This record gives sequence, structure tokens and C-alpha cells, in this order.
Amino acid sequence: MKILVGYKRVVDYNVRIQVKPDGTGVVTDGVKLSANPFDDIALEEALRLREKGLAEEVVVVGIGPADLTAHLRNGLAMGANRAIHVSTADAVQPLTAARVLQKLVEKEQPGLVILGKQAIDDDANQTGQMLAALWDRPQATFASKVEIADGKATVTREVDAGLETIEVELPAVVTTDLRLNEPRFIKLPDIMKAKSKPIDVVELASLGVDSGDHLKTTHYAAPPKRSKGVMVKDAAELVAALRQKGLL
Amino acid sequence: MSKILVIAEHLDGTLNPSTARAVSAAAAVKPESIDVLVLAAYTGALATEAAKIEGVNRVLTVERAENAHPLAAVLAPQVARAAAGYSHVFAPSTTFGKDVMPRVAALLGVAQVSDVMSVEGTHTFKRPIYAGNAIVTVEAEPTHTVVATVRTASWPAAASGDNNAPIEALSLDVALPAHTRYVGLQSGKSDRPDLQSAGKVVSGGRGVGSKENFDIIFKLADKLGAAVGASRAAVDAGYVPSDLQVGQTGKIIAPELYMAIGISGAIQHLTGIKDAGTIVAINKDSEAPIFEVADFGLVGDLFKLIPELEQALD
Repeated sequence: MKILVGYKRVVDYNVRIQVKPDGTGVVTDGVKLSANPFDDIALEEALRLREKGLAEEVVVVGIGPADLTAHLRNGLAMGANRAIHVSTADAVQPLTAARVLQKLVEKEQPGLVILGKQAIDDDANQTGQMLAALWDRPQATFASKVEIADGKATVTREVDAGLETIEVELPAVVTTDLRLNEPRFIKLPDIMKAKSKPIDVVELASLGVDSGDHLKTTHYAAPPKRSKGVMVKDAAELVAALRQKGLL
Repeated sequence: MSKILVIAEHLDGTLNPSTARAVSAAAAVKPESIDVLVLAAYTGALATEAAKIEGVNRVLTVERAENAHPLAAVLAPQVARAAAGYSHVFAPSTTFGKDVMPRVAALLGVAQVSDVMSVEGTHTFKRPIYAGNAIVTVEAEPTHTVVATVRTASWPAAASGDNNAPIEALSLDVALPAHTRYVGLQSGKSDRPDLQSAGKVVSGGRGVGSKENFDIIFKLADKLGAAVGASRAAVDAGYVPSDLQVGQTGKIIAPELYMAIGISGAIQHLTGIKDAGTIVAINKDSEAPIFEVADFGLVGDLFKLIPELEQALD
């Protein structure tokens, strides 16, 4: 089985996001970029399935500008067999990303596609579900456990009510939640090894994908700030303050 | 004029309060009509409940055995079919709506607006990105059906009781896939209030120290009649199950009172409590970022302060 993994580059989760004063975007110049944490989890899961002998090949896919190569090399250093770089200068919205992935799925015929449940930049949480719809295949979103056997995946999902288990026939799309696994660290020799692994570059324009970028972002604003309150000296003062506000 | 279809969320034969919140967001579009779609194996009681929600014009039901459990692959084609004639399709941005709606949007070939915080026009909305550290205004394509999920913490539940909307059974000729099967739900069900709709929430973090120690949080919550929440660190450490996680990737909540105990206040956690009425922080580290957003802060050892707090409550 071949596994396709979405591998997006985002502003590192430790960066304090600043909105530009003119409201045209957030500051990204000189800001540290990293793999979307959920995508690292997706890649780790794919690698573990390969290590268990349940998959032969793990392919990471990235959509972005020319310098995305360095990011994809990280995915290769982590252990992916090869990478596909869908090259475009523009940021794409989830529906476009899903359409691109669908094209790659048609060509690559993976048994499983693993994506992060959301990217921590746009927080959209859409691409996996959209790909599954376009591909007309099952989806198992927000996965915290994946078991593969007999052409099926049994997936435990983190839902609001608790842990839901579903069974999906393969091929299928799985999206990862935080507790699926803990991604491995990249070791230096692996970085060297990754240099010889192949990265196929495909121009997005050559895929014949209709743009799904239907949302126009017209303004960025900083969120309203909560003001710092008061410090109380002990439990009794706290209870008195909450009583006064009618909260107790 | 806008016509909005709201997808009802339910569990164990009861409507989730998130449905009435989605109706509030729909009402903000000032539409000609709001219909609620109930997909279930048995729709009777659910439809009756939905019909009482203020602002609802009609309740549409699709009763099929396949709809017994909320499987996106099964529900999405039905929702996409039912969406014909509507300008907007809304669902709550809970794990239910997040799972189903993008699949609906893709079937309709349209974009989805995730986590609608406010309605600025029929096709203009505000939503959070970067864990709520930026708020964007987005315009949806005016010729497309607007598919959106509603950030429930931003919207009050529409009142319920006085309305009595007509209920109509819908027959949708849609073939449903058999490739996805429901196996089971392991639910941390308790008699405590539901975390997503509770007026008071007591949350514990890494500072609580262990699964056993977390009893002190449960006890305080019970005394206050509060729901229990947790930070990601506490869930990762195995102190409590994942459905208690509050934050960017967990639950976004808006209780009147939120008590963060032994929680340092990472950005990802704060994004889940931004809309809380009053935030109380108890932490031994006076420099913890949680104090920057807390209305009332108390520095000290939680194992000493909570018993004192309980005493002061008596």
C-alpha cells in the first residue's frame, strides 16, 4: 500500500502572530516557518504503518512556492520515500488543495491518505473532508488511533461526546488529531540521506484544477483584548468578589 | 432574499444546544426563512424539539436507518441534496459540523466559511485564524450557496418554547455509501453539566499533577455545579479524557464563569476561553500568562487554596 501525506508549511506555533497595522494580513516576513504540527503527526503515522509492514511507500505532498523544497526535505528526512511539490506562488484555499490532492490521488492510487485535521494558520479544518467527498471515499477525521487490517481501517475519533470508533473501507482519508502519536525528531544522518531522495515538481497550473478559492479575505484585525483584572489575596476575597458579581 | 437551512446536531435522541446557537447565527443574516434539517433514524422527538426554537419556520426530517449515527459520508450527500433552493447552509462548528460540512461544501463545489463569529452581511462574515490571534473578514462568492460552520461560543442559543414550526418529512432520493460503518462511542458521560453549554466551568492543567489529584477539580466543580474542563497538557498527561480539552483544537467555550486551576495559559488554551464572562486563575506562578487575561487572579498552591475556597463557599 502507498500512503499519501499532506505536508503543509505554516508559521511556527510558538510565534506570536501580529496583525499588520493596515489590516492587509499578518506579519510573516522573517517569521519562523515549520511543518503544520498535525501534518507531522500524519507523517509519523504513515511511517509507523510502513515500519509495521502495512505500507511500502510514503509520499509527502506540499503545495506552495519554489522555496517549499527545503520544507519537503524535512519530510523526507523524517522518513518519507519521496515528495511531490505542487508548485504555485499563491496560497490556496482548502477546496483548491482538495482538488489538487484528488488529481494526485488519481495518478498515485494510494491506499490511504493521511492529512492533519487542520492547519494552524487558517484553522479551516476542511481539506481532508473535501478530498474524501471529491474522491467519493470514506473519511475518518480527528483520529487518535488507526488500525489497518483486511483492507479496512478501524479509527478512533476524538469527538465532542468522547471517543467514537468507525470502520472504513480502504482507500480512505484519515485526518489526525493531537494524540494519535508523538512525531519523531529528525536526526542529522537522515538529513544527509534526504538529499538524495526524489522531489517531483508539478506546476499547479498543469494539473487542470478549477480554482476553489472562492473566499475573499477583505480585512485582518487583532482580536479584542481582555484586560488584565485584579489579583486577590486569598480564597475568601475571591469568593466575595464572585458573589458580588452574582456568579456564585 | 436569503433562505437558510440549519443542520440539527443531536445525540441519544436529544437535540444538542449547538443547534439553537446555529439558528441564532442564521437569524443574524436576516433571512426570509430558516428551516432546520433533522437527519436521524427516528426524528419524532427531535423534530418537535427543533420546532420550538424561536425563528425556525419549518423543520424538515429525513428518517432513515442509515442516519442512526452521525457519519459524514452518509449524511453529507443528503444535506447537499436538501440544500437545493437555499442560499445558506449552516451547522454548528462542533466535531459534528466540522466533520460533515466540508464534505457538503465539496459536493456542492463551493468554499466553506469555518467558525463564523459574526455576520456582517448576507455573504460577509468574521472568523478567527491563527488560534484566534487574528480575526478576518471574509466575503463568500455571492452566486454560490454559502456553506458555513458557526462558532458556537460566539452565539447565544435561540430561545425555545413559544414557537411551533410545522414539521415536514423530506424524501431524498440519494444513494448512500456502505463503505463507512459506525462501531461505537465511548462516552465520558457524567451527571455533570455539559462542558460546551455550562454556565460555569472549572478546568485543571498540568499543575494538578496527576489523574488522582484531578479529583480535587471534580470536587470543586460539583460544589459549584460546574462542568469540568482541562488544558491540553492535562489531557496529554492522561489526567482526564480528551473530550474535556479546552482550546484551539479542543472545545471553544463561553461560560459565565471560568476557573483555570494550575493552567499556565498557553495561547492555544486562551483561544478556547476568550468569550468567557469572568475568568478566575489560580496558579502558583505569578508570572503565568493566564493572569494577563484573568479577571481575578490568585497566586498560590492549588492544593491549599481549593480547600480554602470550598470552605469560603460554605
